Amino acid sequence: MKKTEIAVIGGGPAGLMAALAAAEMGARVTIMDRNSRLGGQLVKQTHMFFGSEKEYASVRGIDIGKVLSAEVLKNPRIETMLDSTVIGYYPDDGVLGVEVEEKTFVKIKPEKVIVATGASEKFLPFENNDLPGIYGAGAVQTLMNEHGVVPGENVLMVGAGNIGLIVSYQLMQAGVNVKAIIDAAPSIGGYWVHASKVARLGVPIMTSYTVKAAYPNELTGALERAVIWQVDDKWQPIPGTEKVLKVDVICISVGLSPLAEILWQAGCRMKYVPQLGGHVALRDENMETTVPGVYVAGDVAGVEEASSAMIEGRLAGLNAAKSLGYDNGKYDEKRREAMEQLQNLRSGPVGEKIRQGLAQLAL
Amino acid sequence: MRIVNHPILSFERGREVEFTFDGKKMKGYEGEPIAAALHDNGVRVLSYSKHLHRPRGFYCAIGNCSSCLMTVNGEPNVRVCTEKLREGMVVETQKGRGDIK
Ligand SMILES: Cc1cc2nc3c(=O)[nH]c(=O)nc-3n(C[C@H](O)[C@H](O)[C@H](O)COP(=O)(O)OP(=O)(O)OC[C@H]3O[C@@H](n4cnc5c(N)ncnc54)[C@H](O)[C@@H]3O)c2cc1C
Ligand code: FES
Repeated sequence: MKKTEIAVIGGGPAGLMAALAAAEMGARVTIMDRNSRLGGQLVKQTHMFFGSEKEYASVRGIDIGKVLSAEVLKNPRIETMLDSTVIGYYPDDGVLGVEVEEKTFVKIKPEKVIVATGASEKFLPFENNDLPGIYGAGAVQTLMNEHGVVPGENVLMVGAGNIGLIVSYQLMQAGVNVKAIIDAAPSIGGYWVHASKVARLGVPIMTSYTVKAAYPNELTGALERAVIWQVDDKWQPIPGTEKVLKVDVICISVGLSPLAEILWQAGCRMKYVPQLGGHVALRDENMETTVPGVYVAGDVAGVEEASSAMIEGRLAGLNAAKSLGYDNGKYDEKRREAMEQLQNLRSGPVGEKIRQGLAQLAL
Repeated sequence: MRIVNHPILSFERGREVEFTFDGKKMKGYEGEPIAAALHDNGVRVLSYSKHLHRPRGFYCAIGNCSSCLMTVNGEPNVRVCTEKLREGMVVETQKGRGDIK
């Protein structure tokens, strides 16, 4: 069995920062990601980031990912395992089961675990929602921005939050036609900068609309048409308002929910918090869950954004290292700094929902 | 379809390789997900569901949802959104649960 001091599960912004912070304090870290590269969601994000100056606002997500990954890869205290999926955590003896390259099964016994697995996309119920051509927004981004293949010719985007707006813009950058962006809410959820960018390119953003049904091409069986309809202020569809759109792709962007299987397995106390996307683990201000030695950071700790994911990662890394007795003399200062940054990020009206969510989690 | 000119990104692709989909010869790049290569070749239906035989495509593209199971080199239930393309791979539409030979 392989041993390590701190295992970091997930190599997105949260995991990368956690690994760097723990190593800086002096701990030995093993970071694992099921992908063949580090970076998590950042790798697909071609737009300039929103967020605070300090956490790389106005830098493109892909570039932040590259910088952090390079730092992790050259750090002698961090071991990186790619193509490595953590498929189980056995709380009785604190062992992680890791499948490497879909071939070998490796057991790892860490002293501390930081779970930074991110989130997965939510789905939407409507008639024929299982047709080929109906894809998650993240899937479309992966196909397009990582693998350089376009998802189709004409797209209906469902969801006018930041992700829906940004992916619509990216689709157009790749030469794909976005027929409409719809959202069941009465107003646009994302930032105005993103909304006006797509609106300027002539894409209608239709609020108070949802998908009624999707229909296949008789020959291929894949999506050919979507029917949308309006909803009233009680979210009930209004018959007679149907519109037919000829699209070969419906892109679903209705939110994310934390990818928390490992936390359930570990026996962490979980709570359903809608403001944070679903079930999340209770934790203290050091990001430690109710299971001693198991920490959380990033979207799995509550769906938010990359800047806060990075700082939560740093906090978790610092604290996990400190609990093993590591301190390079800067622990107190760094911890205070990170906590202040989180508070700043979450202040003001934009952070209202997150603050409400987090208030339900504190230990 | 491949993106050729992108305002921000450039794509590092592996060497071009040949594979078959239900017996038809197709081309893709080594190391990319099988699903990406199929999509480029216009293939969006990857399997048929177990009970109602409904067509299935991919959904998450990162190995979370198992919507993209196909038979690859005779082995059923391979998630082709993450499985890497190799020279000479035999990729087949999966019908139902798939049989282990
Ligand atoms: C389209 C889009 C635009 C966005 N724009 C912005 C923006 O402008 N500004 C901003 O601040 N935020 C933005 N975000 C949000 C930001 O990307 C996320 O909040 C951030 O990536 C979360 O970081 P994370 O490390 O928690 O998770 P992720 O980046 O999702 O990383 C998690 C990693 O864990 C790995 N993993 C999961 N399970 C396992 C397992 N069992 N074993 C091994 N590895 C595993 C995954 O493969 C992944 O690499 C955007 C998101 C999207 C989708
Ligand atoms: S599309 Fe979700 S696992 Fe492949």
